Amino acid sequence: MFEVTRDPLDPAPLVAAVRRDESGAIALFYGVVRNENLGRRVQYLEYDAYPEMAVKKMNEVADEVRAKFAISDMGVLHRIGRLEIGETSLLVAVSSPHRAEAFEACHYAVDRIKQIVPIWKKEVWEDGSEWIEGYVPDVPGRTLSS
Amino acid sequence: MSSLRRYNVGVDANGSAPTNTVRVRLFAGLREAVGQPEILVVLPDGATVAELRDRIGEAYPVTQALLPIVVFAVDEEYVDADHRLRDGDEVAVIPPVSGGARV
Repeated sequence: MFEVTRDPLDPAPLVAAVRRDESGAIALFYGVVRNENLGRRVQYLEYDAYPEMAVKKMNEVADEVRAKFAISDMGVLHRIGRLEIGETSLLVAVSSPHRAEAFEACHYAVDRIKQIVPIWKKEVWEDGSEWIEGYVPDVPGRTLSS
Repeated sequence: MSSLRRYNVGVDANGSAPTNTVRVRLFAGLREAVGQPEILVVLPDGATVAELRDRIGEAYPVTQALLPIVVFAVDEEYVDADHRLRDGDEVAVIPPVSGGARV
């Protein structure tokens, strides 16, 4: 299950989708909107995405995770649009026979999602706003100089 | 489609040189700077992603501060600056990504 949606995220269907009979562990990560960043008070976040490519890149992250860790399955949900403080923007669930792989694989998956999945967030403060520049995705043969 | 603007840049006045038209999708700060989610750009046959970036900067000077840090994707895959564009390609301009709830 890999989705980009404007609706509030529900972990239950995601956990059910990744669970297998051989799974002794499911690690579930919540990315949650917090009220400050770099000392500035955040009022809310606005997420934008290239949805088709985002889902494709989520699947590629899952392929990487399966190649590195002995997992049963994994899934990713990312919400876009306006999110208030305390709302969940990202859910990553990883199932595996044993807990160590679930924890490690989930951590790795979250890091990679932030590096290559085309999703952006704008912080909105009382006195302004800014699209946050996170990671420049790896490009094959990377030579983008201006 | 009526909201799309067309730029005949890099094409001679007679329109006799072969050209490619690409659909360019914009996101985040670039979408806001340009004021629309997509533009159509006409390029000389054989033009690269780097040339497309230059054309966007010329057509929309407000984007020039943002363009040096973007990468591009064609048909939903990241490509480098030397990638040659074909007629009908869907090109996405990808600013540094920042999914999740914190950087």
